[in-house]
Amino acid sequence: MQTGTLSHETSGTAARSLVRSEALQRILAFAALVILIVLFSLASPNFLQARNIEGIFLSTAVNGILAIGVTFVIVTGGIDLSIGTVMTFCAVITAKLVTEGGVSIPVGILGGILTGALAGYVNGTVISRMRVPPFVATLGMLYIAKGLSLILSELAPIYFERGSGFTDLATGVIVSIPGVIDIPNAVLIMFGAALIGSFILSRTLLGRYTFALGSNEEAARISGVNTAFWKIIVYTLTGLFSGLAGVVIAARLNSAQPSLGQGYELDAIAAVVIGGTSLSGGEGSIFGTVIGAFVISVLTNGLRILSVPQEWQMVLTGAIIIVAVFLDMFRRRR
Amino acid sequence: MADYLVQMQGIDKSFDNVAACVNCQFELLAGEVHALVGENGAGKSTLMKILAGVYRKDAGQIFLRGQEVDIHNPHSAQMLGITMIHQELNLMPHLTVAQNIFIGREPRHSIPFLLDELATNQRAKEILSQLHLNLNPKQRVGGLSVALQQMVEITKALSYNSQVMIMDEPTAALTEAEIEELFHMIHRLRDQGMGIVYISHRMEEIKRISDRVTVMRDGRYIETLLTPETTIDRVISLMVGRTIYESKPELPDTKSAEVVLEVKNLNRGRELRDVNFHLERGEILGFAGLMGAGRTEVARAIVGADPCDTIELKIMGKPVTIRSPKDAVQHGIGYLSEDRKRFGLVVGMDLANNVGMASMTKFLSTLGIINDKKIAETANDHVDALAIKTPSVHQRVRNLSGGNQQKVVIAKWLCADTDILIFDEPTRGIDVGAKSEIYRLLNELARHGKSIIMISSELPEILRMSHRIIVMCEGRITGELTSAEATQEKIMQFATQRSELVEKSREANLSTH
Repeated sequence: MQTGTLSHETSGTAARSLVRSEALQRILAFAALVILIVLFSLASPNFLQARNIEGIFLSTAVNGILAIGVTFVIVTGGIDLSIGTVMTFCAVITAKLVTEGGVSIPVGILGGILTGALAGYVNGTVISRMRVPPFVATLGMLYIAKGLSLILSELAPIYFERGSGFTDLATGVIVSIPGVIDIPNAVLIMFGAALIGSFILSRTLLGRYTFALGSNEEAARISGVNTAFWKIIVYTLTGLFSGLAGVVIAARLNSAQPSLGQGYELDAIAAVVIGGTSLSGGEGSIFGTVIGAFVISVLTNGLRILSVPQEWQMVLTGAIIIVAVFLDMFRRRR
Repeated sequence: MADYLVQMQGIDKSFDNVAACVNCQFELLAGEVHALVGENGAGKSTLMKILAGVYRKDAGQIFLRGQEVDIHNPHSAQMLGITMIHQELNLMPHLTVAQNIFIGREPRHSIPFLLDELATNQRAKEILSQLHLNLNPKQRVGGLSVALQQMVEITKALSYNSQVMIMDEPTAALTEAEIEELFHMIHRLRDQGMGIVYISHRMEEIKRISDRVTVMRDGRYIETLLTPETTIDRVISLMVGRTIYESKPELPDTKSAEVVLEVKNLNRGRELRDVNFHLERGEILGFAGLMGAGRTEVARAIVGADPCDTIELKIMGKPVTIRSPKDAVQHGIGYLSEDRKRFGLVVGMDLANNVGMASMTKFLSTLGIINDKKIAETANDHVDALAIKTPSVHQRVRNLSGGNQQKVVIAKWLCADTDILIFDEPTRGIDVGAKSEIYRLLNELARHGKSIIMISSELPEILRMSHRIIVMCEGRITGELTSAEATQEKIMQFATQRSELVEKSREANLSTH
């Protein structure tokens, strides 16, 4: 039949070019990371020191977890600006629960994570049911979470008891190569989050609908997918990851710092974009996001070692974001 | 009474107090192709969207095999075996063929929420092979042609064990060969006992494919006819509620020998090769050819929308350089895209602003403030002159019918004082009644000294409207005909010439070796 020859031709060439381009994109972000590492290690002998690598790991963890979470809403074609301040709010909740609520540390952690999920649920509901655009809804949540953090903490940092072991969650070391490098637990948590996130995105119903929402929401709706419901779930999941990030940052600082948080959302979105996830939705990967998070922290760290002023670090980070997206657009156009 | 697969009775539906369907009825038998026709805005899509659960009816009853059913969303329609294949295909381009087919009811592992990708692909493969479709289930849908995407939609419909399939303008974006393929598929499905509703503007297709025709007009049911016992003229006259004459109208004899536009040496890679032609004042110059012959590309190159390797342009005998559509407008050239909604109109804005869009600077006060009143007045004049049907100039363009939207685009270019108008498929997606009005308007414009290039894939339209016809094939101009000597056969000869030459030279090469 005619259809046979017709489809064969198109599927053959299209598939080949697709494989090529997807592979290209993964290589691009990864290659950028490798090039940065090579350049910095050539420029400064301090860069590849174990202490410094540990530092990079530790500073990637929080941004990485936030970025993994926000990858989900970005793949749906949405955005979440509230992840940074929600993270802080969750840290405050955990600190309050443990220091004043008298609950055990695991319960406090659970409380923090669930708080994040709740904030995400509210975001999702406002966006999905009340039809407020994601940008506006989550911008609102950014301020709400920031305000609530300050109110609850009475404008002061809340410190965990020394010796409570809470900080080990982030700065402790379970995995290490003795005498060579100690891998901080925080980054293990991030890798764990990445594995779970990647699994959800590629293998579960939620992941499939995340892509479907970003690719053609109306088509998904007409196909009988409860798009409103799944959108809420996606925002809830992103909030849950923010909660996890809140716990990790609290553990790392052994305190909840209520004034922190704003600006973190932009670092996370930058990591997602550098990792090749399209802001218009439908495409993206957790792997790319993790690479993107490392690109940002390696860049910041390397420039600091070379004593480049912080202002210039920002300028360069900005340029890299634009170049990354430009290369991605260029790939797509071909 | 016959055993109806679907019966719809007394269906009412209105949007914002505008009635789209009034007391409509529709009956579908198993194993028939039932065409549903009517002008744009006649309510046929609305009626079918109610059946498919996209819209909810305000009143009326729907029976499926004699049982009254409540269809409250697309999902419940699908569960009842009713699927609609929408004009704008409802697929997710980033997902694979198999993922698209099973969206909303993915095969799962025993663990909740975990997808069984293997089973998804396997089952997709089975259904595809039942339909004799050689598609790779793992192929991303975005990389497929429109025709194949449509096949994916049909496959999806069948995977629901659908008994009722509604197709909304399925052939709008297909080539002749692909239409044949689709018709084979429709016949096969019909013979298996499926009831198929076929919405289309193309009368020849309806005559060929359908068993019965139901005509709607102004949101009302008019009549159902047996296709073999009726004629196209009869159907059309029911649609428009008056008899229209398809006879060849007189072309305005106002064209002068004055050359207003001269295009020379237009080249771009392998897409456009050595294109040369000229346009005279008051002339309608038809551009004929098959899909992908390069006609739209020529138009876009002239107005500077796409870059080209070489081009020499003369307007009124003077050489000009056009680097962007803005330059083109300043030189009095307007391009009316075939895709009005994407390139021609800002559908979310009102009629007045759309009319003024290409000439906003005319409506600025000295302080740079836009004079909305003046825009509205100008728009009003054009509404009257072009007989645009709209409640007011403040109506959003989205809410106008296709024919009226096209008139708004024309008004926009008239407002910008363009003398050369390039129409790309001016009547695509426009119903029969509005078509003849657009034709009348084109003649009118030519009579008033505008020069018109009309790109069209419909040969009757080209023959009826053009003073002179240029035929393209594979990026080259292969022939030029005057209206007196042109016939469908001659045009098709030129339109297919190039590939034959290639074939011949290839054969010649082979024989020498």
